[in-house]
Amino acid sequence: MNTKWIIAAAVTTALATLSTPVLAAKTDSNLDAKTTEIMKRDFRDKGIAKAERVNQDELQATCSKYLDKLPAKLKLKLEAAQLKTIQWPADGNYMGDWKAGEKLAQSGKGMTWSDKADEPAGGNCYNCHQLSAREIAYGTIGPSLLHFAIKRGDGPDAQRHVYGHIYNAKAYQACANMPRFGQMNILTEAQIKDLVALLLDPESPVNK
Amino acid sequence: MNTSNVKKIILVLALATSYAAVAGEVSDSDKIAQYREMISDGNPADFDEMRGEELWKTASGPKNATLQQCDLGKGAGVVKGAYAELPRYFKDTQKVQDLESRLLTCMTTLQGIPEEEITARPFSSDTKQSDISSLATYVVGQSKNVKMNVLVKNPKEKEAYEIGKRMFSYRAGPYDFACSTCHATSHVRIRMQDLPNFFDKKDAQSAYTSWPAYRVSQGLTRSFQWRLNDCYRQQRFPEPKFASEATIALTMFLAVSANGADYAGPGLKR
Ligand code: HEC
Ligand code: HEC
Repeated sequence: MNTKWIIAAAVTTALATLSTPVLAAKTDSNLDAKTTEIMKRDFRDKGIAKAERVNQDELQATCSKYLDKLPAKLKLKLEAAQLKTIQWPADGNYMGDWKAGEKLAQSGKGMTWSDKADEPAGGNCYNCHQLSAREIAYGTIGPSLLHFAIKRGDGPDAQRHVYGHIYNAKAYQACANMPRFGQMNILTEAQIKDLVALLLDPESPVNK
Repeated sequence: MNTSNVKKIILVLALATSYAAVAGEVSDSDKIAQYREMISDGNPADFDEMRGEELWKTASGPKNATLQQCDLGKGAGVVKGAYAELPRYFKDTQKVQDLESRLLTCMTTLQGIPEEEITARPFSSDTKQSDISSLATYVVGQSKNVKMNVLVKNPKEKEAYEIGKRMFSYRAGPYDFACSTCHATSHVRIRMQDLPNFFDKKDAQSAYTSWPAYRVSQGLTRSFQWRLNDCYRQQRFPEPKFASEATIALTMFLAVSANGADYAGPGLKR
């Protein structure tokens, strides 16, 4: 936060105290409540996407409310709670098969109302990330992961970081745009290991 | 549109499909710009516009009436420029309505068509066209080059706008997505598809004013309600009910973000 923002914030606070902050806060919370009510009423089951999906957990509700202005203390609290949800591999081994990982990364399937219940979800990774240099149709919502192991190493710390990040990205960045693949049961432990290998195996096209 | 234009369009669409197969490195927006240039004198959405006009002017339903007395906000029967001011508050229904929910009101009250019959087919498919969707294409065509001027004055309009704004950032579902996951940052894309940032005036204007649109990949003209529906599908949400208060509120928020730009639809998209 730069000084301009601090001054702006101070002025806004001062002005808000002069006017009727209680009333404004009340209108806002009425609108928040009304929004939730409408979301619950105006969506319906379609295929595997059931109406109950609009119900928010604490993390979703908090990130919707604060957007990118999440208070630092709250952010740390949320991240600590998310970190606890990560189920680390019981065998202590993080690396799977990068070839299977590449297939998963390519697949954008999963969890929409046009997907079937018995079809496993893909990783959607290329939707948001650059990974292998060979794949040029990659999205840019997330950072480039090209040459990940070359830049970040492939040792136990890097493996644990990548596994954790795929399992629950919110443990590292509370309101990250990346889904929580393990925590939300989108991918299995074995699939996450295949993706760790895609990012970290020296033979993977990501590191060529 | 004459026959030679129609032939030209069919040729262009065939070319476009084969382009898409080979031109992996060309972004979708570049490809679309290419098609646009090639068919600058016609958009297949014109057919849907003509179908909608026919439906508007032809008596039908249990009351055997046309829609020519339908009030889209600028008085009974006024179509010109109406879309550029929607959504808005309507006194008779005491609701804020977008184009499609307003058409629903007119079709039920003037023509006596049961609401369930209309909402059973809100969108066109390969096998069957949707009347309400064609009607919407006709109406929007009558606002071409009209400046978007959606007002947030009435308390209900203010409320709709505020709820729409909140819905835009409402994260939920197995992927934790909201509209803002994909549409709140500039210059990002999913795979090769560029994503408009609705907090950027220019992006919001060009995105909103180019819908409804003919989708080359689907061979169908798609309404704005369809656009929202498909983004909610990608968001891994359940289905928003057609013309519901939720979809109208969200449309209100997006339409206001496009104010000041000339309406440019029906558009042409990938
Ligand atoms: C909807 C977008 C999206 C999808 C899908 C997505 N990510 Fe991400 N990813 C992000 C964003 C945004 C970040 C940066 C924010 C953060 O730190 O979490 C990120 C960060 C990461 C990081 C941390 C990078 C670092 O420098 O530490 C890794 C590793 C990662 N993603 C891997 C993956 C893999 C593997 C998949 C597929 C299973 C995937 N992501 C799917 C958006 C996405
Ligand atoms: C997971 C990604 C994702 C989410 C979430 C998402 N969209 Fe989209 N949206 C897209 C993509 C991709 C396109 C590009 C068009 C396409 O589907 O081919 C798009 C296009 C659009 C367009 C048309 C833009 C244009 O210029 O043609 C509008 C309007 C839009 N989205 C609104 C929304 C709204 C409102 C929401 C929330 C309900 C939303 N989107 C949620 C991915 C998303």
